[in-house]
Amino acid sequence: MNVRRLDRLTDVAIDVFMFTFRAVIILVVVVGSALTLASGKYTAADWFQLAGKGITLGSIYAMIALGYTMVYGILRMINFAHGEIFMGGAFAGYFTAVALMQTGALTASVISGLISIAIMILVAMAVSIGLALAVERTAYRPLRNAPTLVPLISAIGASLFLQYSARGFFGSGLYGYPSIPFLNAPAPIPLLNMRWVDVLVVVASFCMMGGLYLFIMRSKVGTAIRAVSEDKGTAALMGIDANRAIVMTFVIGAALAGAAGVLWGLSYTQVAWFMGIVPGIKAFTAAVLGGIGNVLGAMLGGLFLGLIEVVGPNLFLSGFGVPSVTQLKDVVAFTMLVLVLVFRPSGILGERGARSRA
Amino acid sequence: MSASTFQAAGGMAETAPSPWHLRTLLRTGVLGGVVAIYLCLVGIVPVFADRPLIVGVVELGQAALLIAFGVVGYLAARDQVGVSRFRGVVASTVVGAITGAFLTGLVLVGSVVDLRAVFLNASPELYALLTNGQGTSWAWYPILVGAITGGLAGVVAGLPARLRSLLLISLGSLLFFGLFAGLLRTPMLVTPLAGIARFLLAPDGLFVPGAILVFFGTMAIVVIVRGVKPRQRVDALPRTQRRLVLGPAAILILVVILLFPLAMGSFFAQVIATVALFILLGLGLNITLGLAGLLDLGFVAFFAVGAYTVALLTGTGEFGLAHLTFWQAVPFAVIFAMGFAIVLGLPILRIRGDYLAIATLGFGEIIRILVGSDLLKGALGGPQGIQLIPKPIAVATTHWLAGPIQIYYLALAFAVVVAFVSWRLRGSRLGRSWMAIREDEDVAEGMGVNLVQTKLLAYMMGGAFAGLAGAISVALVGSVFPTSIQLQLSINVVAIVVVGGMGSIPGVVLGALVLIGLPELFREFSDYRLLFYGIALMGVMIYRPEGLLPSRIATRELHTADELVEMDDADLLAPDEIAERSAP
Repeated sequence: MNVRRLDRLTDVAIDVFMFTFRAVIILVVVVGSALTLASGKYTAADWFQLAGKGITLGSIYAMIALGYTMVYGILRMINFAHGEIFMGGAFAGYFTAVALMQTGALTASVISGLISIAIMILVAMAVSIGLALAVERTAYRPLRNAPTLVPLISAIGASLFLQYSARGFFGSGLYGYPSIPFLNAPAPIPLLNMRWVDVLVVVASFCMMGGLYLFIMRSKVGTAIRAVSEDKGTAALMGIDANRAIVMTFVIGAALAGAAGVLWGLSYTQVAWFMGIVPGIKAFTAAVLGGIGNVLGAMLGGLFLGLIEVVGPNLFLSGFGVPSVTQLKDVVAFTMLVLVLVFRPSGILGERGARSRA
Repeated sequence: MSASTFQAAGGMAETAPSPWHLRTLLRTGVLGGVVAIYLCLVGIVPVFADRPLIVGVVELGQAALLIAFGVVGYLAARDQVGVSRFRGVVASTVVGAITGAFLTGLVLVGSVVDLRAVFLNASPELYALLTNGQGTSWAWYPILVGAITGGLAGVVAGLPARLRSLLLISLGSLLFFGLFAGLLRTPMLVTPLAGIARFLLAPDGLFVPGAILVFFGTMAIVVIVRGVKPRQRVDALPRTQRRLVLGPAAILILVVILLFPLAMGSFFAQVIATVALFILLGLGLNITLGLAGLLDLGFVAFFAVGAYTVALLTGTGEFGLAHLTFWQAVPFAVIFAMGFAIVLGLPILRIRGDYLAIATLGFGEIIRILVGSDLLKGALGGPQGIQLIPKPIAVATTHWLAGPIQIYYLALAFAVVVAFVSWRLRGSRLGRSWMAIREDEDVAEGMGVNLVQTKLLAYMMGGAFAGLAGAISVALVGSVFPTSIQLQLSINVVAIVVVGGMGSIPGVVLGALVLIGLPELFREFSDYRLLFYGIALMGVMIYRPEGLLPSRIATRELHTADELVEMDDADLLAPDEIAERSAP
């Protein structure tokens, strides 16, 4: 009897705690925003500018998030090494850019510059796909049917391996993407105050994501992927090669991550061996936020997270007089991560794919 | 795969000429070639090109390539030895040559294209090493070396098992002493053994006589141990006599451990103190991850709480609050870490499995950023951290307990206490509940285990151990910075627990010794430490998910198929044998 009462007590205590937790977060957001807006520290133009940055960042997150969401949808595993696939793409793009810079193609004219960037993206995609295939083959495939934590730990191992291999190959320094004059010029978009490079990032990522969406929804391979996500066994009975569908999922996710790496490099100019881990975790947050396994959700989740991360610290925290709020942008993003996982693990648009996580 | 091929080939040898499995051979060779090129470009070969293993004979960088050739040759020979030994040697020679050919290719490509624009390590030194310093005209050299080394490995693979393992153990010992000779030499120089040390051991690596001594010495020891069979003999003794043998042995080991830092100097003491610290952390995570099955990637948060609590309470600098002694502050550190575990644990413990890992990772990062931010700079010192933290036992600087030796004893004592606590916890009702949750949450709940309470307790206990480790580490270093609470630390601890064996206390100790101790001793290697962890995590998960020193239950859980066979055997056992087997 006593034990049961204790159980009930802890349950109540937890409910109270969770309620307080939620209340505190909401309070911080509401009061913080109100205070910030009331203080008039930022003008409307500032907010628009932040939003522009947020959209740029968010579209890159969205592209990475697609890889997480699709792999999770089909294999029920967190592809922890996906951030490193993104890093590999960024490096491949960098070295291609340097080579193109030497030929002069990158800066000769707008047209040749755009073609050069397309080449960079293609090379990055190829490298990322190669990496992802190698990781899938060595670290994940032998563990397909193991308990949940086993592939996750193996994935963490793969992530470490790729990070420190990159460090061994390229050294521990930062690499700067070559600066391309026509991309750094401001774009004539009212209010958002974006550079052309940001416009390029947003447009390119939306085109690629749109293409991916059509591919998943219309093509035969996409249908196969969706079928295998839904139910591996039944899909196999219908004559679908589940293995091929899984490999294709990795290929598509890696291609997008590689492209995202190049876009990241163009927009933020610096690439380094450790650059994959934090965007990777944030993109995973975006994937969960949108509902894991849900392709459309990952895109929206990415955009939303990008916006929150850029606008959030200023909006929620600066009203309280917190010093140097931009230091805390990762805190806002990771708090978002914890909140989503705690309060809405099925995401905004709901999960898709194999049996809901029971 | 290779084992079954080998058996099939062996079986067919009598009736039909067995195939060469050319595709398998080619694949092994290509794989070896890729690994060899990887070793070169990632920097292991060129960085250690000047680090002698045996002075004047072989450098560590070359040894890495030789080992790659050898392993590839050995694998290739293993597939063929069943047919004939000669075939094994031919196969391994060919495969070694293929592997070498990849390096030749690297040299040739490198002479035309400037690979250094991409790979920092594709330096002239690397090419010089690969061509024996003779330039591109010697590009064939790696093929020759690969063929010879591979062939030798093939010969070894064809030897009888006892002789083969004897050779491999001796080679391993040679590698070990080659790596750590310098560390042995330094303390020996101040003793009467200085002359011997100068003769056998170089500042880096072994001298030739030393190498010969180590190689044949190891052989002799192995042969003697095999002849004497101490373990079987001790096991065969009756209980009372066994105690007579094991008791003095245990005391001897204890004395060695206690006198160790005095004999070997403070560097070793520092290394072992670090290892003990990680044993503490590992035992903490062993409860959350190993017993309760909750993967916590933000474990460093509790470490940080412990560290900063002690720093704030005992510090004599500007951030010191209470000026307590270390011993008064430790309970607070542990309690705060536990309290923190409750606060972090309550919201996230209803999440399960892989999501929990990511959520804890998020928490760990939040803590790290907050600690280093301007927001908390007034209380926690921001990026400059907190300094001027006194040692636990205040002694004069000339006292023998001053410096790292004190921390050695302290960390060791705490590690022993915590190991005892976690051993007792494991067998307790709570420990069994944890394992039940790990096996299957729903079933455990059905059997009356309160999930949230039990998980929370696992979290709290893990947090308490980590807090203690944080407290000791502050005393060890004398300061604490936000940079000392990296994600890397959590990953280190996860690696220790996973590699050692989840849920196994001896496993944690072994994991800490191998993953922390060896890299600490071998400092030049530190750049590649996490690379190695990554490989270790993948390798352990794929080939031995129960870890190096597994606990029984984990083995059973992860090898259900084998276990079924074993259970069939158990049915055939006599009842008293079954009782003996199930006894702890």
